Amino acid sequence: MKVPEPPERWRGLTAIDGALALIAVLLIVQLWLLSATLESFLAGHRETALPAAFASGVMLFACFGLYLFVEKVDREARKR
Amino acid sequence: MPLFRHPEKSPLWRDEFSIHAADERYVTRRQFAKFLTLASLGMFAGNLWILLRAWFYKKPVYPTTHVASLGEIPVGDVKLFHYPTAQEQCILIRLSVDAYVAYSQKCTHLSCAVYYAPEHQRLECPCHEGYFSVRDGSVLQGPPPRPLPRVVLEKLGNDLFATGIEIQSSG
Repeated sequence: MKVPEPPERWRGLTAIDGALALIAVLLIVQLWLLSATLESFLAGHRETALPAAFASGVMLFACFGLYLFVEKVDREARKR
Repeated sequence: MPLFRHPEKSPLWRDEFSIHAADERYVTRRQFAKFLTLASLGMFAGNLWILLRAWFYKKPVYPTTHVASLGEIPVGDVKLFHYPTAQEQCILIRLSVDAYVAYSQKCTHLSCAVYYAPEHQRLECPCHEGYFSVRDGSVLQGPPPRPLPRVVLEKLGNDLFATGIEIQSSG
């Protein structure tokens, strides 16, 4: 038997999907940054390590912020 | 957001296995977001590791090792030797009567052994056809991202000695 559910339960999903897409894009950039930094380090350019780590940290911060947003939307959807 | 679940709240399984289809979609998306954020943390840890390696980098001290005697190998010929450790294979090439060059034999792409092709005056990697100049080890063609590490040679009397390794950048 199908349990009827209010339509507002589905509303937060679009916002969550958008946040997930942004996290995925940030992750791809972070992956590229890691491989480029490693390549540069192995070639003897150690000066790139600090700005790369900083940029990666900023992206981690953004990912975590988006994750908190997903959690918040999820919690609000549960309350409905 | 609380880090830990309150014990008096409804059990976790009731949230994770809801009878509503929409709730299930929320759960899968939330778990996926958590997974991606942890992957992001992993990438940051990797960058941090490189940063620590760069900060605590110490210039390696290379031993002085006898490689060959002058005139031991004919012009255009090669001699393989190990430097700086017994696991690192290198290649010594005699370009002319008194010109010698030596490089690490590991291709900078995927570490296959490179060999000398005298007819083309280059070092060739058979795995993915990466070619290096025999004059300076620079990349001529193929996927290798960096030139071959060059072994520093010194002539002492009638002998050739390896005294260090020069990491060359492609820039």
